[in-house]
This record gives sequence, structure tokens and C-alpha cells, in this order.
Amino acid sequence: MSTDLGGKRQLIDDMLEAYPAKAKKDRSKHYEVNNEELINCGKCAIKSNMKSRPGVMTVRGCAYAGSKGVVWGPIKDVVHISHGPVGCGQYSWGTRRNYSSGTLGVDNFTAMQITSDFQETDIVFGGDKKLEVMCREIKEMFPLAKGISIQTECPVGLIGDDIEAVAKKMSNELGIPIIPVRCEGFRGVSQSLGHHIANDAIRDFLMGKGELEECGPYDVNIIGDYNIGGDAWASRILLEEMGLRVIAQWSGDGTINELMIAHKSKLNLIHCHRSMNYMCTTLEREYGIPWMEYNFFGPTKTIQSLRAIADRFDDHIRANCEKVIAKYQVEMDAIIGKYRPRLEGKKVMLLIGGLRPRHTIGAYEDLGMEIVASGYEFGHKDDYERTFPELKDGTIIYDDPSAYELEELAQKLDIDLMGAGVKEKYVYHKMGIPFRQMHSWDYSGPYHGFDGFKIFARDMDMTVNSPVWNLMGTPDRKTVSV
Amino acid sequence: MRDKLDIVDFNTLFKSETYEQQRERKREFEAPCSPSQVTETLEYSQSQEYKDKNFSRSSLVVNPAKACQPLGAVMAALGFEKTLPFLHGSQGCAAYFRSHLSRHFKEPVPAVSSSMTEDGAVFGGLRNLVDGLENCMALYKPEMIAVSTTCMAEVIGDDLQAFIETARQEGVISRDIPVPYANTPSFSGSHITGYDAMLKSILSFLYNESKVKLSTEEDLTKLNVILGFEPYTGNFAEIKKILSAFGLEYTVLGDHSGNFDSPAAGEYSYYYGGTKLTDVPKAASATGTISLQKYAVKKTIEYIQGEWNQQIVSTYTPIGIGATDRLLQSIADLTGSEIPAELQEERGRVVDALTDSHSYLHGKRVALVGDPDLLLGLIGFCLEVGMEPVHIVCTNGDKEFLQEAEELLASSLYGEEATVHNGHDLWHMRSLLISNPVDLAIGSSHLKYAAKDANVPLIRIGFPIFDRHHMHRYSIIGYQGTLNILSLIVNTVLEQLDQNAPEYGFDLVR
Repeated sequence: MSTDLGGKRQLIDDMLEAYPAKAKKDRSKHYEVNNEELINCGKCAIKSNMKSRPGVMTVRGCAYAGSKGVVWGPIKDVVHISHGPVGCGQYSWGTRRNYSSGTLGVDNFTAMQITSDFQETDIVFGGDKKLEVMCREIKEMFPLAKGISIQTECPVGLIGDDIEAVAKKMSNELGIPIIPVRCEGFRGVSQSLGHHIANDAIRDFLMGKGELEECGPYDVNIIGDYNIGGDAWASRILLEEMGLRVIAQWSGDGTINELMIAHKSKLNLIHCHRSMNYMCTTLEREYGIPWMEYNFFGPTKTIQSLRAIADRFDDHIRANCEKVIAKYQVEMDAIIGKYRPRLEGKKVMLLIGGLRPRHTIGAYEDLGMEIVASGYEFGHKDDYERTFPELKDGTIIYDDPSAYELEELAQKLDIDLMGAGVKEKYVYHKMGIPFRQMHSWDYSGPYHGFDGFKIFARDMDMTVNSPVWNLMGTPDRKTVSV
Repeated sequence: MRDKLDIVDFNTLFKSETYEQQRERKREFEAPCSPSQVTETLEYSQSQEYKDKNFSRSSLVVNPAKACQPLGAVMAALGFEKTLPFLHGSQGCAAYFRSHLSRHFKEPVPAVSSSMTEDGAVFGGLRNLVDGLENCMALYKPEMIAVSTTCMAEVIGDDLQAFIETARQEGVISRDIPVPYANTPSFSGSHITGYDAMLKSILSFLYNESKVKLSTEEDLTKLNVILGFEPYTGNFAEIKKILSAFGLEYTVLGDHSGNFDSPAAGEYSYYYGGTKLTDVPKAASATGTISLQKYAVKKTIEYIQGEWNQQIVSTYTPIGIGATDRLLQSIADLTGSEIPAELQEERGRVVDALTDSHSYLHGKRVALVGDPDLLLGLIGFCLEVGMEPVHIVCTNGDKEFLQEAEELLASSLYGEEATVHNGHDLWHMRSLLISNPVDLAIGSSHLKYAAKDANVPLIRIGFPIFDRHHMHRYSIIGYQGTLNILSLIVNTVLEQLDQNAPEYGFDLVR
């Protein structure tokens, strides 16, 4: 890769010329070009977790998306009320692919849209009465629900409803936990505050409330894995094979009981640091549970992580860990043997959410691919500090880039693969740039663990090397080669 | 190229014994319901008692078949040339509308937000709107910006007219750029109401702004066409084909078929097709307006009738032979032309197809879900081919729709068993499908859960269709659209026949 830092900075500055003065000044602070110093010290000046500029077509969502969509939604035995008008719940219904076992509508309520469907009268007179009735009706319709969460939408916070009082009253009446979550979309600057609010609600209403009959020396929690396409399952399997006992999975395929017994574990393993670090620090503070980050994308990082996890335990676990690695090594070598020659040197650009802009780098590198630009929709300073050391000199790192910026960069950097979300996907199809959705795994997955990497490698190859990209052009230009 | 590595997908992977065992181990920590509790509750949820309780819900809404107003406003905005939808309120709304429409059309959906946050709630969103207009003009260079509101701006009561005027006075947006706006609160109506509000606002704005009414002879003989909240890009092609066959000149008011079906040619340009802004004032002088939806464009029709003083023919989605006949006759009457021979011939071919397939359709009991206009079209189709609508669920209909649907059903023997459940949701539909089974369910992808629970094959027609590809690229209106729907339905029936056939009944010829 070129380490022409000046050239890269110039490219960014030229691109930002399109903005009006105020926005240009703001946007330029959200860029950095990686260099030796940043890689080594990990400190960076990039601005993050700040308001998006209006009108720029940010990729970001809102606090409700961070709470209902990300953290709470996957808890399968709880009915999640999208409290307010119909839209928010409708758009986030069944679209994230956070898999879970159970019978939908009976003991699993994940792919459902439960809404109070606010009308004008609810805005004028308040929605508290309606919310009370809803809680009773939920108990009638879904008798096996272990709890109810109230995920508030914008109007609720603006009209002064007291959902906390309703939750308390109805929890007493119905005998199940009812958790108010104040995740109105206007709070904060992105999904990120929604994660934090969601974590706080877990802390305030559920943490430490459960009992585990027998605790063991190898009890761990998986924190911040939402089981997209089965990610958490493909991760859990490795931990269990290593001899660890996973007592709670937060929150993919999770249950309210797992939220309540997690304080009994010996170690918290956190994958998505951004969305659930708050609970790790809380559990550390309140219960002295240590935590560590890990990365299960791609064999290199997975193996490093497995060893680092094993090192927190004893020789028995360490020996098991090596067995697990040896068992999968052959398969992984075969995958890399097949796909690396097909993907070597391909240039990748990423714009994703919580952990993937840095955690997937190793998986791409295992396939010989090169990250030329990466960044976060809603990262904070600590995310960026963790990112610079993972990337090479000269890589462009951005925060909350607009659609315009992404498209300009993709063209200027002449990339071979773009990884972002569904809002971006079809733009790149028009441009003839291979694209993978890196939130939903583009309806594939899992991508975590060894089982996941096989699918990851296959998917990247099918998209980068599909012959359909060669069909672009016009008939007279004869650009099509078969 | 052969894949020798045996890489299985998530469906196969997690069915393996290793993962089965993992699921069992996990249950130890889930405090799960016992299998018998689950079975009993599942059975209870299929009982009459449960259904009665389900239908007596007063506040809880489960799996509704409607979206919110500004989603429709975005679609309306994208029906006009080089127009950027601008959502005033929290930014998450814009992200949701863009994703939702992209998942259906498999196309990019440009739209920007004013990204209001807590301070906006206190001080109002004026600065957000002004800065937003300035930024989006600079980056995306639209020729029109269509502003609609999301909940936040509506609840705090932002004054859009004044805000936009301020933006103009501050010079961030030129006087030449039209900025129509619509109030589209999500706590009233649904996506179709929002479509209507934005369309009406764009038409009236462009009409009022045009200083000179340039009506040529040609304008006077033109026809206006409105398709409404139209999830089928194929329907635009179909109505254009019909009008061309008549030899008529026309203006589609709100043509989003370009934006929602643009070519992959190696570059992306944000704006594709759409009604020309300069055509709108001229459209006010047209012979008349044909609208292929009526409930989705009520206010717009009122406006055209009142302000433009035009003759209007508005129909629910013209699906089926009868509805298409009436549409063609209306066009002929309105323009004083004859129904072209080629359409008459097309009619004959489609009727021929219907006769070929009638024995697989006759007496088939169906459940229908959709927006009001689509439902009326589908009911009409069912009745004319001998299919029997049984359960009809509409989440976003009004009283007028209910009355029209009931009258339509009452007009045919085949409608005798039908009940229209207006203002209901898909959890109601689940109870209906289980308690009183039907042969086929017709509706959007969201109906797949209830259809699965009741073991009824689902035919995807409507919005949104997330889990099948390209269906929206084919028409469902006119004679050709009727043929498309026919073949979708009859082939689903035939597929079911094969799937359920015993050895001897696995017929080669059907």
C-alpha cells in the first residue's frame, strides 16, 4: 500500500471542499490517515461521538435503534413494546437477524412487532393509561412472557409520560419484571446512547437478581454478541469445547434469566465493546468480575483470542485450547488455501457499527485482503484508539462519514469490496463495486468462530469474484467478457 | 470452481448434533418454560378462547400491517425529478425509511435528516433545518427538496413554513429551489396518508409558484395519471403501455419508477427519472386526471378537483378484467377516444388464460391483507375468478373503505363468507387463519409468520416484500398485471398439489 500520507490527506481535503464552511470544518476533524505514531501510541485526535451535521445523509440511526434494535430486542423471552407511534417498531421488525431458539409468539418474542400505535389522542392526553392496559393484554396474549420491556419512541419523552410509574405498578400487578427504557430517538447523537441507556436499564432492573444453583471455576459470560446469523452459537461452541461453561449470553438468543445470573460468572468475555462495555465495568465494580475483549473473526484473531482466554484459567483449559485449535487448524488451512489466492491484494473499505470496523480486519487479512479505509457509524474515542494499531500505515480512518464521502472515497481508492449496510448496498451495485452488508451478514452468516470463517471466506469470494460485475457497461462498448 | 470444502449455511450448520447439544446445554441457564408448557400454550393460542381474547384487545397492537406517514412522504418525493426527500426530526427515522424502502425495492433510497437532538426539543429545530438545507444543497445538488416531518418536530410544533422562509432569507437556499413541505406525524394515519400529504404539497407548491401558467394546446389535451403509494415499479410501465396504446399524451404525477428501478451502469447519480417539475403547473390544465388508487391519495384528488377544477377518475388498484375494463372505459370517456384494438386483444388473451386455469382457482378460500386500494383490487379479482375471500384484514382503512369493501363482497356469491376486519393486525389474522382455515393467504412478507403458524401457503402481493426478489418489477394492474397475478396464484396452487400429492396423484399434466 502507498504510504503517501500527504496524498491521502489531500484526497480527504479535496473531497471535503464540497461542504459549506461550517460543515467542512466539522467533517475534517472526523478523518485521520494512519501512521507509525498512531499505530504505536494508539492515541488519536479523530473526533467521534459528536452530532452528525444536518442534511449530509449520515448513515447513523438513533437511540431507540441502539436499545430496542440492538441490546434489548434479542432477549427472546421478554416482550418488547415499541412505545409510541407505529413506525419505529415496524421498521425494526425482524430485520436484524438476531437468531434465537424457541417458538415465536409462545416462548420467544423476538421477530414480533409489539406497538402501542400512538394516535393523536395519546399525544394529547398521554399514553400511560394505554400502556397499563397493554401490559395486561400482553400477559393475556403471551402468558409465557418472562417480562416486558418498554422501549420509548420520540413522542413519549416529549409529552411527559411517566412510564416508570406505570412499569412499577404493572410489574407488581402482573408479577413479572417490567422494565422502562428511555431510549427516545432524539437522545444522544446516534445508536450509541441507546446502548448505554439499555445497559443502565439492565443494571437497574435485572443485574444480580438471579441465582445460579451451582457455580463453577470455568463459568464465563459472552457479552455483546447478538447472534447475527448464529454468531454467538458459533462462538459459544469453541468456549465450551475448551472446557469453559457459558452461563449467560448477552444478548443474542438471550433470556431474562441470563441477564439476572451473569454476576455469578468468573470472567466476562466481551465481543462488542461499544454496545456493552458499560455492563462489564459495572459487573467489575459491583461484583469484582474481570473482563476481557476478544475477537472471533478469522482464524488468526480467533486463535489469539482463544489462547488469551485460556490464559485466564489453568493448564487444563490451556491444554484443551490447544486441542481445539489443532482440531480446526486443518479446516482453516484448507479454507485459506482455497480462497486466499482468489482474494489476495483485494482492497476493502468498511463502514460499520460497534466492533466490526476493527474486529473484521484480521479476517480479511487472513484472506490476503487489504483494508484501505475503515471507520465507525457511532464509535467513541476508545474504539478509535483500539483501531489504529490494527491498521497499516496510510489507511484512511473516518468517523460518521456521509453517503457522499463514502462514495467519493470508494471511487478514489479504487476498492474491490465495500462493506457497510443495506442503505449503502445498492448504491455500490450501481457503481459496479462488489458489496457485502456487514450488519446482517447480507442474509448469510454466522461469521464468528471457525465455523463462521468458512462462510465469511466463501461469501467474500462469491461477491468479489462474481462474474456479474463484468456485465456492467453498454452493449456497444463490448466491456463484457465471458 | 467446484466447492469441495463442504461449507454449509446457517440452516444446516445449526441443525447438526453438535449445535443441538449446545442448545440443550444452554437451556440450563435460560430458566426456560418446560416443553409441555410450550405445547399447552401453543395449543391455547390456537383455541377459540384465545381468539376471543385476541379480538377483545383494546390497546395492544401486534404485528400491524402498516407503516408511518413520513415513509410515504419519502416515496412521494422520489416521484419527482431531482428531488431530495428531507426529513425534519430525529435522524433515526430517515435511516429507517431508507432501509425499509431499500429492502423492498433493492434500490438505493436517498434521503436526508435534519438530525435533531435533545437541544432541538428545547429550542426547536430551526438551526437544524437551515443548516440541513444548506448542506444537502451543497452535497447532493437537488432541484427540489421535499420536506416532511417526523414525530419529534410534530410534537414540539416546529413551524416549517417560517423555518424554510428563514433559510431563504439567510440565503442558504435560493428562491429558485422549490421546497414544498408536508406535516406527516406518525401518530395519525399511515404511510398512505403521508404519501398523500407530500404529493399534494408538491403539486400545490409547484402550481402556486409558477408565475406564468403556460398552457399550450398540447397541455389541454393531456391526461394526468396518479399511481399513489405504489410498491410496484412494473405498474408504471403497465399504465404507460396502456396510455401509449390509446395514443394519449400524459403526465404521471409522482413517478418513482425511475428512482426505484435504476440501471447498474457503473456509476451512481442519486436521481433517476421522476415527474418533471415544469410539467406540474402544466398538468393543472390537463383534460382530467386518472388515479389508480383512491384511498391513498384522497387529499390530492380533492385538491385537483377543487383547485385545478378537473374531471377525476379514481379507482382502487385496477386488478382483474372488470376493473381494467372500467379503467379503459373511463380513459376512453374522459378523452373521447376508442379503446384500442391491441388492448382488446390483450384482454382476450388474459381471459383465455383465466379460463385455462379456472378449475384450480374456483372455490379456493383466501385470506387477504394489504392497504385499502390493493385489497379492493384483490377482492375484485378473487370474485371474478370464483375464488372466495374469507378473512380480510386491513390495518389502515377508513369507514369508507370498509363500506366499499363490504358492498363489493356483497355483489357476488363468492363474497358471501367474507368478513372485513378493518383496523386489525396480523395477530388477529393468525387467529382467523387457525380457527377458520383457508387455502391461500395473500399479503406482504410480514404475513409470513401467521401463514406459517396456520400452515397456509403465502402469496406475496403488496408492501413490503422483503424476502422475495424482483416481484415489484412486474405489474399487477391492467390485463397484463392480471395475468401476472393469475400465474402467481395458480402456480402456487399447482405447487401445493405436487407437494401434497400421494404417489399416484403426482400428475405430469395439470
